Amino acid sequence: MEILVCARRVPDTSENEITLNSAGTDIERDELVYSINEPDNYAVEEALQIVARVGGSVTVVTVGGEDDEEILRREMAMGATHGILLSDTAFEGSDARGIATILKGIVRKSHYDLILTGVQAEAGGAQVGGMLAAMLDYPFASLVNSIEVLEVKKLKVSREIEGGNREINEIDLPCVLSIQTGINEPRYVGMRGIRAVASVAIPNYGAGDLGVDTSRVGAKAAKVKRVDYFVPTLGKGAEMLDGSREENIEKVIELMAAKGGLK
Amino acid sequence: MLEGTPAAVQVTSGLIASQPLILAIHILGVAGFAYIVAKRLVPLLRAERDPRFDRPVARVRKVLKFWFGQWKHPRYKVAGTLHILIFAGFLLLAMRAFTVLFAGTSHSLLLGVPGTTAYLYEVATDYAATIVFLCMIFAMVRRLAFKPARYAVPARFGKAHTGDAIFLLALIAILMVADSLFEATKAVGQAHQAGSPAFAAALSLPWLFKVVLVSASLPVLTKLCLGAFLTHQVAFYFLLCYRPFGIQFHVETSLFNVYFAKLERGMLKPVKWGIPDEHLDQVKSLGVKTFEDFTWKHMLDFYSCADCGRCSDNCPANAAGRPLSPRFLSIKARDYAFKHYPMFGTATNGTPLVGGIYSEDEIWSCTTCGACEEECPLLVEYIDKVVDLRRGLVDDGNVPQSLQKPLKALETRGNPYGKMEKKRADWTANKEFQQACRVKTLDKKNGADVLYFVDSISSYDDRMQSISRAAAKVLNYIGENFGVLGAAERDSGHEVRRFGEETLFMALRDHNTEAIRASGVARIVTADPHAYNALKHDYTDMPPVEHISQVMARGVKSGKLRFNPVENSANVYTYHDPCYLGRHNQIYEDPRQVLDAIPGLKRVEMTRSRDRSFCCGGGGLMLFYEPKEEERIGVKRVRMAAEAGANVIVTACPFCMVNIEDAIKVAGLEGKMTAIDLVELVDQHIERESPAAAHEEIQTHQESVTGR
Repeated sequence: MEILVCARRVPDTSENEITLNSAGTDIERDELVYSINEPDNYAVEEALQIVARVGGSVTVVTVGGEDDEEILRREMAMGATHGILLSDTAFEGSDARGIATILKGIVRKSHYDLILTGVQAEAGGAQVGGMLAAMLDYPFASLVNSIEVLEVKKLKVSREIEGGNREINEIDLPCVLSIQTGINEPRYVGMRGIRAVASVAIPNYGAGDLGVDTSRVGAKAAKVKRVDYFVPTLGKGAEMLDGSREENIEKVIELMAAKGGLK
Repeated sequence: MLEGTPAAVQVTSGLIASQPLILAIHILGVAGFAYIVAKRLVPLLRAERDPRFDRPVARVRKVLKFWFGQWKHPRYKVAGTLHILIFAGFLLLAMRAFTVLFAGTSHSLLLGVPGTTAYLYEVATDYAATIVFLCMIFAMVRRLAFKPARYAVPARFGKAHTGDAIFLLALIAILMVADSLFEATKAVGQAHQAGSPAFAAALSLPWLFKVVLVSASLPVLTKLCLGAFLTHQVAFYFLLCYRPFGIQFHVETSLFNVYFAKLERGMLKPVKWGIPDEHLDQVKSLGVKTFEDFTWKHMLDFYSCADCGRCSDNCPANAAGRPLSPRFLSIKARDYAFKHYPMFGTATNGTPLVGGIYSEDEIWSCTTCGACEEECPLLVEYIDKVVDLRRGLVDDGNVPQSLQKPLKALETRGNPYGKMEKKRADWTANKEFQQACRVKTLDKKNGADVLYFVDSISSYDDRMQSISRAAAKVLNYIGENFGVLGAAERDSGHEVRRFGEETLFMALRDHNTEAIRASGVARIVTADPHAYNALKHDYTDMPPVEHISQVMARGVKSGKLRFNPVENSANVYTYHDPCYLGRHNQIYEDPRQVLDAIPGLKRVEMTRSRDRSFCCGGGGLMLFYEPKEEERIGVKRVRMAAEAGANVIVTACPFCMVNIEDAIKVAGLEGKMTAIDLVELVDQHIERESPAAAHEEIQTHQESVTGR
């Protein structure tokens, strides 16, 4: 099975202290540490596990600049067969629709049976996967937390439903799936693995290579524009319990039951 | 039998007649043993290299102490005494055994050598055989009736080993009886000849036989003599050839195992011997994945394990119900070797060990505390093997999910918490602290004699920052010109390395090495035993490194450190030896001397202290690992302190502090038990001109204890 995983490099929330820039339009990015978007990493692991079962190859693709090559190498160190960087000045400032348009270009350029994305990136849009599927006219399933290959052209996927329930769907290939974290246990990649793929050439495709109409991507084509970015001021939601430990425990249980947190 | 032949010669005449049979058994026995040993050596020849042929003097010294001197044995009083007696008996009997064996083919040896030395040797060996025999009976009774807990085999590791143990003990007992009977028949024959039945070695086994047989007829004696000889011979060769199939192989391998034992403490073996760090990237596979990835010495360890269970009896992971038992690391690997390198047929190898004989959890459960190695009478190594197995897991990407984030953060930020590098020295920003003590960050302009190496946990963890501040104040008080690396410091990588991530460790080490060299300091002091061990043993070409307890002990001796009387004289203190200060670096006395220098301080020892100290649960990355266990290791430790009658646990390691403070809460001993770091306690009690500065720190400490 030929699998394409769309990945993105994002600031690592566990290793950064996020502060706003002075203009209030974005976060301060100077001292940030970046890594692959966590759900994307699960998507790559899932692709690797599928290929280990049924054969094929895993290609990881990202839209971005030179710096973003880092995550492609990390995923190649995990075992991905190829990495592709989609980079063009015309791509800069694309909204989710623009990103989906660019990704459609790489899907059309080659043949993929299955396209995986992470369920969402750090900004929480969760849009690219669905849009890409629509543009390709492929079936789409979101929040996927298990994949079983049924036959050559069909998958059985499980989706996470609100409240921890699951639903099972059959879906025809080719399709796009957005992968939920927890679907597997991604393998560890250390510096040694990354160094081993450090000199592997990573192809870089621009708008021309992909046949992407530059008027449909980039900042100018973006129909969604961010106008503000702020940290909400803390409300008075916090209640400090200052009784003894036993009293506090009782109080917590009482509060949780009252708010429906305990059944 | 000829009339007139001397009785002594007549008794042994059966042997002469049976010479072809005896010779055949000899040849069969020796050939069988040679074949078996050759087969056992096959995996060792396919193993990884391990250069242990250096420093013969140090190695002979080890042999004299641990093999000939049985150094570790008295740590277990009953079993140890039994073993020493049996070992001494065997050494004494070895020459007699060979003499007897070859007596079967040489008549001159049969009648014994005259002379006082020979006579004394006879007497000594008569008693030796008796003592060994009694030890065997005692050991069998002990195994069957008293069943020491450490011999039990948990169901997950298979069936009990009692049957095999009894069988072997019984065989040795038979050997002793046969040997004694043989000696007795000869002696009675000689007595008949001389006409005076005066038997030496009263109350020994041969003596008893002599007394019983004194009136036996010559034909009976002759038959008994041959029977005893053949029994002895067959039992001897059977044992010789059977031992390489089980725990008694240590009789043969122990001498070699001790001679080739590791000479340094606290050190880890390199990933691959003979391959420099910079070439590791070119090595295809790192760590131990299959049996053949072990070094030959580690395989010899497996053969040498005597299944005595002392390692697991002292292992904190085993005590807490984690899936690890060091004893079975060895036994399972030995069984693997026996199965995959059979006596007949071809060897099959290459199957993965983890997922085969070991589970991942088993390998991650080890805290590398070293209690197993400290206890092993045969000097079997465990930490290097566990780390090698982890290296293999890391190389294959099999790292527990809970460890992946901290490892990634160590890669990008140089600490497992993912905190910003520039905030590494924020512990110095405390206002009251800054009034008491200024800490300079070393750079090109600001130099110092001493580097205070803080390491990650004491830099970033709110509670542990109090240890750093106390250490800085103590250094300041003693008058050391010191500084810190601040943002230029990275995690020492001590646990990174012990968790098998060698490449990441090397990056951290190289960064710190460069920063330390650039700082131009003449000495390094740290309050973290893990950092201490890393800088001392994992790093190379460092300035001299000391743990703060050594600095303080020196201060006490020189009179630079003087203390006020203990603040709360009702407290009973106990000192918990951190593994990387105690066992791995032999620093037991310095912290105790410092404690005892505080006037009025009452101190008790826990049963498990010094080299038998019981790990707190493990430091560094172990804090991120979620082991499967019945009870936390730290909780067990806290209970030990309570049993000793203490209500304050003093430790000298930030990781011990994390584990012990948590364990106090889990054990429900909050309010009854507290934990404090040695350097915090010293800071509280330092005799200052104005005691104000110290007092504030005590208060913040108390708040953070209750606030956690």
